[in-house]
Amino acid sequence: MTAAADHIPRPKTSSRFMRRALPYLLSLPALLVCIGILIPFFTAVYYSLLRFRLNLPALKGFIWFDNYINFLSDAAFWNTVKVSLVYAGLTVGVELLLGLGIALLLQKPTRFNNIASILLLLPLMTAPALAALMWKLMTNPNFGILSYFVSLLGFTDFKWASDPSTALLTVTLVDVWVYTPFIMILLLAGLRSLPKAPFEAAALDGVPRSFVFFRITLPMLLPYIITASLFRLLDSIQQFDIVYSMTQGGPGDTLMVFQVQSYLEFFQYTNVGRSAALLIILWAITYLLSNIFIKQWLKLRERAHGGA
Amino acid sequence: MDHTSTFERIVRGILIGLVLVFFLFPIFWIVLMSFQTNETILRIPPSIVFEPTLSNYSALITGRLETTAGNLDIAFMKNLGNSVFLSVASVLVSLALGIPAAYAFARFRFRLGEDIAFTLLSFRFAPPLLVLLPLSLYFKQLGLTNTYIGLIWVYQLICLPLILWIVRGYFEDISPDIEHAYRIAGNSWWQTFRKIAVPLAMPGIAAAGLLAFIFAWNNFIFALILASADKQPVTVGALAFVTASGIQYGQIAAAIVLSIAPTLALALYAQRYLVEGLSLGAVKG
Repeated sequence: MTAAADHIPRPKTSSRFMRRALPYLLSLPALLVCIGILIPFFTAVYYSLLRFRLNLPALKGFIWFDNYINFLSDAAFWNTVKVSLVYAGLTVGVELLLGLGIALLLQKPTRFNNIASILLLLPLMTAPALAALMWKLMTNPNFGILSYFVSLLGFTDFKWASDPSTALLTVTLVDVWVYTPFIMILLLAGLRSLPKAPFEAAALDGVPRSFVFFRITLPMLLPYIITASLFRLLDSIQQFDIVYSMTQGGPGDTLMVFQVQSYLEFFQYTNVGRSAALLIILWAITYLLSNIFIKQWLKLRERAHGGA
Repeated sequence: MDHTSTFERIVRGILIGLVLVFFLFPIFWIVLMSFQTNETILRIPPSIVFEPTLSNYSALITGRLETTAGNLDIAFMKNLGNSVFLSVASVLVSLALGIPAAYAFARFRFRLGEDIAFTLLSFRFAPPLLVLLPLSLYFKQLGLTNTYIGLIWVYQLICLPLILWIVRGYFEDISPDIEHAYRIAGNSWWQTFRKIAVPLAMPGIAAAGLLAFIFAWNNFIFALILASADKQPVTVGALAFVTASGIQYGQIAAAIVLSIAPTLALALYAQRYLVEGLSLGAVKG
């Protein structure tokens, strides 16, 4: 960040105007894309204040915050809030514990550990929508290998994603399969970049390893843990691909997370106003989270670049 | 850490083994399925001993799928081609737009730059449908629905923030003195940018480009909303497969294998760039 060049006298080959305009010219395309995003965003805000159904264009009209007020007494809306929060909390919680565990297992940079950590990247590189299809094949009641395994354990009628009581468990399993490596890889990089001195001192003094872990490793790793969890939380609360490919929000409304609900609201019930209002609420949640995340991430980035 | 006991090493080995089984078994199993006919897939108990067949792949490549309900024409190869074209084109456009902007953000302190960088970054985390649903109505009016141009434009939402933020970090790490010395020697700004800055930031550009490609390839929701069957990439196309009734399970598996193979191969080939890219430059590997 200290590398800004504006205090260095520049060779006088270009005109004053060009020099001042250069940064703007260079970032113009990015600016245009930015505007391209902001227009639909403000349109969505506007839609959320309308009574706007594609199939009933005659009823279109400005209704202020009625879409939002209607949510308050709407059981389907509260179900969406609940399902999204449970989904995000459950997936990120499991992924964090598992990812931390695996990172600790692979901490030593041996050849074997490095190969293992590369292989673990593969699920993360699989498109989540396709990963959901893979698990759908594996949990098929007729020939799914996982259905066979659980039947060996005595669950002969285990229905995975098509049973309301196990649907959340099944999509969580897919999410964990895809995204645990993300947390693992961040924490592994964090672990390996920690200063050696405190650990050597602790080893010399014969400090017990559980003490080292809870009093040295964990506190020093905390910025990485927070960054990784916030990042995942932001993604997970908006999960669409896995849930949509697996069950389209079903069975019933068991997995109606925000984005699946608003997708169906838009395309199935053609209720644009309601769909937009739902998305604005989701946006507000992610906006709060992302501001915390960006601050945290910039701090970490500054440190990584400063120390490099 | 050096005096780990044999017992601990065995426990660690077993745990790592279990982790690898959990994360690699699904890929292994789907690959196996893709070489089987329905008869061997439906065996109980399942077995890994079977006569491998290439019929699933050949059916996909010719586009004629024999089902219980007769022959079905599914242009899966078209989906695969769409994926390649959309991802490559989006990354190229994104590099052309993103590298100069990243350079401007790193070298010149200007307010607008920070604003653009943050708007793009915060929209990286906004719900994609928030932008996509109004956009789908606009696209209808503009005639951009189901066109490659429209899709590549929207894919910039995925690629551009990645490239801007990763490459910017690399430009910031280059000492301006090097560029300054080159300028003093009588070279223009453009030459300096091309001959000094871009080559020095190449590892970052490669990491960002690779990651942008993978994310573009893996994207599902954009094409689901803005593309019809003939422009859809594999992620959306494969879903149509599963819902079409009577398709051989082996063919679904083969389609999945073909769809995930390119990103997995890229990841293995260029894994050293991935860690850096995945953390948006937050952790230097």
